[in-house]
Amino acid sequence: MGQRQGSAATDAREVTRITDGSRDGPGHGKDDQVPGPYAYTVWFVCTLLEATVLVCAVRKNAFRRYLLLNLYMAASVVASIARYNILSHYGYSSKEYLYFYYYSDFLLTILLFFALTSLYSHIFAELEVGRYIRTGAMVLLSGTALFSYAVVQQSSSRLVTHFVVEISQNLYFVGLVLTYVLWGAVLKLRETRTRLIQLILSIGVYFSMFAANYALQNLYQSRASIFEYLTPLFGCFLPLSWAYAFWRIPEEARTVPARLAVVPR
Amino acid sequence: MMAGIILACSVVLLLQFFVSYCRSLIAASSRQTLSPEVQDVTGIQRTASGEDYTRVMQLLQLCPERPEDRNSIQAVSVYFRLLNFLRSTIARMVPTMQEWTELERGHCAYFAAVALERRISFSRDMLAEQMDG
Repeated sequence: MGQRQGSAATDAREVTRITDGSRDGPGHGKDDQVPGPYAYTVWFVCTLLEATVLVCAVRKNAFRRYLLLNLYMAASVVASIARYNILSHYGYSSKEYLYFYYYSDFLLTILLFFALTSLYSHIFAELEVGRYIRTGAMVLLSGTALFSYAVVQQSSSRLVTHFVVEISQNLYFVGLVLTYVLWGAVLKLRETRTRLIQLILSIGVYFSMFAANYALQNLYQSRASIFEYLTPLFGCFLPLSWAYAFWRIPEEARTVPARLAVVPR
Repeated sequence: MMAGIILACSVVLLLQFFVSYCRSLIAASSRQTLSPEVQDVTGIQRTASGEDYTRVMQLLQLCPERPEDRNSIQAVSVYFRLLNFLRSTIARMVPTMQEWTELERGHCAYFAAVALERRISFSRDMLAEQMDG
């Protein structure tokens, strides 16, 4: 997820083409398509930033406090290394790389979803509603999965692969709505922890950038090449802002959330 | 149709989150008082005006970059441009928005002055290290 190389709306079409065997790849013949220097550079920078988040969190004693956020970053680094290995062994156009890319992305999206619910737990810690948050998250995840299944089952012969792509995209939008609700709770409950506020706002910016990006890709499918440059850049935002929050903002820092709202409260 | 709705929602929420994120970056620096020499250089005492921003940014670019500041300065620069855009369009018709954008532009300028202060002390530390070495 962090180091997406392709555009997601074209992703589904790519899956169809490759799984239908209408495109060349190691399984089908030549393997001449590779990521360019730009994609490699952004990928490397993004992975480096994800590792930086972990280092910053450990150095500032925030690893255990924000365990799921850090686990997500650790998983992103591992996925990135594994993707590079598979890419160098099998090639960019191979089924192996494609399947690994989408299935790892699917797992990372779910992990990010749970990281977001852990932020809910931080905000509602004093109300002791952790059990309800976990139940709510599971219900929402199941609902999104069912909706995604309903969407793909009518139109696809490669059900599982299409399902994986569809649910990842839908979870981004669900994540965006959940972050907005969480931001509302921050303002309502007058949460003052600056670091926590910055982590939430960063995830909100990240989800909304990707959700807008997916929607734009669906609307302007003919301009896919623009998104191939933009999408990986968006992926760098979350590790960059989290690294900043862990490194620069002390856990004790406090801010008045009402001052941050767009509409004054 | 569905993609259009999702796009509209995402852009509105993106703007909300982005503005709040930038304000959280600025809020952290608003409590910091500037040293007398930075006050002299920038001409900013306690509060800054939007007009100071460009000048302070020019001074900022003269100092060696601190890697940890780069992200926040870029985000606030985008925010400042967004405020300028609002100021020259919607705010012309809505007087309260005119006041709000001017206040926010001033906060951006103060943020840049605090960043300048940090860069100056960073440069001093670097110079001291070189002299010791």
